[in-house]
Amino acid sequence: MIKPYPAQYCASIACLLLSLLLAPLLFGIINRVKAKVAGRQGRPLLQLYFDINKLLRKNSVYPQTSTRFFRIAPVAGVAAALAALLMLPFGGVPAVLSFPGDFIVMPALLAFSRYMLILAALDTGSAFEGMGAARESLFSAMAEPILIFCLMVLAYASREYSLSLILGGLPATLWLAEWPMYLLLAIALFLLLLVENSRIPVDDPNTHLELTMIHEVMILDHSGPDLALLEYSASLKLWIFCLIISGIAIPQAGVWGFAERSSPAGSFPSFALEAGTMLLMILCIAALVGCVESAMARLRLERVPQVLTLAGSFACLAALSLWR
Amino acid sequence: MASSMYLDNVSQQGQAGGFPSGTPDSLQLLNGGAVPLQAVPQLSFSHFSHWLVNTVRNGGRVISFFALPASCFTPSEKDGEHTHRLIAILASDTSGKLHAATAGVSGRYTSFAKHTPQMHLFEREIYEKHGITPEGHPWLKPVRFEKTGGPEIGDTDFFHIYGDDIHEVSVGPIHAGVIECGHFRFQCLGEKVLHLEISLGYHHRGMESLLRNGPYPRTLALMETIAGDSTIAHTWAYCTNMEALADAAPSPRGQLVRALALELERLANHTGDMGALAGDIGFLPTLSYCGRLRGDWLNMSAMICGSRFGRGLLVPGGVLHDLNHSLVLRLKERMTLTGKDVMGALKLMWDSSSVAARLSAVGSVSVETALRLGMVGVAARASGLKRDARHSLPLPDLPTPPDLCVASAGDVYSRAKVRHDEIAASVAFCQRLLTDFLDEDGEDAVCAESPAIPTLMPEYLAVSLVEGWRGEVCHVGITDDSGRLAAYTIADPSFHNWMGLAMALRGQQISDFPLCNKSFNLSYCGHDL
Repeated sequence: MIKPYPAQYCASIACLLLSLLLAPLLFGIINRVKAKVAGRQGRPLLQLYFDINKLLRKNSVYPQTSTRFFRIAPVAGVAAALAALLMLPFGGVPAVLSFPGDFIVMPALLAFSRYMLILAALDTGSAFEGMGAARESLFSAMAEPILIFCLMVLAYASREYSLSLILGGLPATLWLAEWPMYLLLAIALFLLLLVENSRIPVDDPNTHLELTMIHEVMILDHSGPDLALLEYSASLKLWIFCLIISGIAIPQAGVWGFAERSSPAGSFPSFALEAGTMLLMILCIAALVGCVESAMARLRLERVPQVLTLAGSFACLAALSLWR
Repeated sequence: MASSMYLDNVSQQGQAGGFPSGTPDSLQLLNGGAVPLQAVPQLSFSHFSHWLVNTVRNGGRVISFFALPASCFTPSEKDGEHTHRLIAILASDTSGKLHAATAGVSGRYTSFAKHTPQMHLFEREIYEKHGITPEGHPWLKPVRFEKTGGPEIGDTDFFHIYGDDIHEVSVGPIHAGVIECGHFRFQCLGEKVLHLEISLGYHHRGMESLLRNGPYPRTLALMETIAGDSTIAHTWAYCTNMEALADAAPSPRGQLVRALALELERLANHTGDMGALAGDIGFLPTLSYCGRLRGDWLNMSAMICGSRFGRGLLVPGGVLHDLNHSLVLRLKERMTLTGKDVMGALKLMWDSSSVAARLSAVGSVSVETALRLGMVGVAARASGLKRDARHSLPLPDLPTPPDLCVASAGDVYSRAKVRHDEIAASVAFCQRLLTDFLDEDGEDAVCAESPAIPTLMPEYLAVSLVEGWRGEVCHVGITDDSGRLAAYTIADPSFHNWMGLAMALRGQQISDFPLCNKSFNLSYCGHDL
């Protein structure tokens, strides 16, 4: 366990607030990268903030067939995503909440958020939303085990059971010894990021064609503050995946001495340095998503399981690499 | 006088089937020609039916089939008991000839649709307009939901498939994009489409009835808006029809300008379609580039006539805007630049393996299906049918048309490939045409002044076919004894091809529908008229 001390605790809170504040920026970056590659000006970087602000000031409209699930889902979705975020370390900065086994609870919270969303979609009784819900549950049933498997491999490698230690406390020595595993897992998780966050080549967040959508079609009937919450929880989810990948892709702690927490003298600058590097990495991942979306066409829906198979294979290779 | 050159001898072939050997089957005519109505053989229905079925079986296709009240005709001895006459115009792509014949009916006739599926929509159209029942029609229901007396629009028996695992998805008539209205019903087993039914008519404006007793001063403007993306094709078909009925040959230079405008229309729409296809599969670079380049083609139309869609360019007799030397030079320069840019944008797309994987083997229409449904245009050529009116049924006095582009698989990839090839062919054709313009003397060739309403020959029938970007546009005009239009029928390529889209979706993933739809890119208003 990490021995908490005040500066570190403040850093955890600060990083959490930073996450909450910056999460919607990721979509802005992705869209900007796509626009630039396509030779367009693109929408403002802060567009999602404007959208959320606009939606929060509107009223919600509810379908006549819908019940309370429809209204609960957006709130439950944000709440679950927030709870998941509490358990994730920000690079070397430990999570606000950490306990052994939280690496299982975190994916479960994400699953719960999705479960509520699917219920709300089915609640509308619309054929479109039903199709979206079916697709979402099919693909996530394949994606979730892979995510948990990835985290299990990480846990095994570090012999720890808390995300803060699995992801956050990576000493450079361990990273350098096991770097193939970390890189393979990063690739697997990046593929999962594309699937779980409805990005091209799996889903197309910009399309207007309901018949082809996965995520977007499930929120067609939500409006006003409900839609704002859904959009925000989608951005939190993307942030969470970026956070996990950044955590393992770079040997954060230890390189700059944060793992040797015995040196409180350098604590504040090292917090800042850690957080800054993480932030840069997260933004780079968003830009990478934008590049992938620019270079690829969307896959046929029936090919999506192949992406998941690929992600699963990378995760298995990572596990095998531990037996060298 | 001029029209008599189109009036071939009455055909002597096809005397099989025990019909009197002296009775001619049909009248041959050429695209852009007019014939006296009386010269069109009036057959008994069984003879007519025999002729039609046999001609279609031997590679002919139905380009127009409609009914007229018998009162429109000078009564003949055979008309005694009939209330209407059916008129069929068949085309043969191998001989380049059109064939016309009529038969009297009253109230009902035996449907052709069961054995000649390409007739099914024509028969439904006649049923809706005139109340003539095609007996044995497998799928008799309104086409456009005429306001007079029929059911409310969209109120019809849709196909249903029953079963616990079957679900129905209904899309439209209002869609998520800024597009026209149309209703689609999918019967699905999970993600798989078992059947798609398309119900249209939301854009029915009564084009054909607005022309009755015409042409009127505003008729030309109406023709330009039959389908806004095919302005040139429809207006050219109309102008040719009027020229044939008035027995006035168009200005030769005017024909060349029309040909150039038609290809510019094709280039703009094909480029836009390729971009939209890229957009549907989430391939953004080509989407963005093509969006801009489509505008470049449209602007070239605007350079000629001031309208990006070619409105106000064509008039019966010729064109209102000629090309002068400096304009031709500017057009040539922009043609080179834009053509190169489009090919570059498309190369991006073809070079991406994910695009090829996404487009191939989706929404296939076999050549047999295309043949049976009488499909035309890009969709027919993608399935391997060599149907291009510019080649097989050309208007007289035009230069060698762009190369014929065909594919074979009939899937979305083939339809995209045909468009790509046609862009290249059209650019080469336009360059050739513009060079010819340059070689001519710099003086402005005389083109038609803004015309008075043409004086038409009484009791004539004229057929004009123009291969627009989407496919072949067919106009048939018939004048009454005072030289007014007794009937004017319009067949947009969409009319033939919507059923092809429905067939393309059989057994496909429902998520592939938008892509298939885009690859056909059919017109709602062109169908609804």
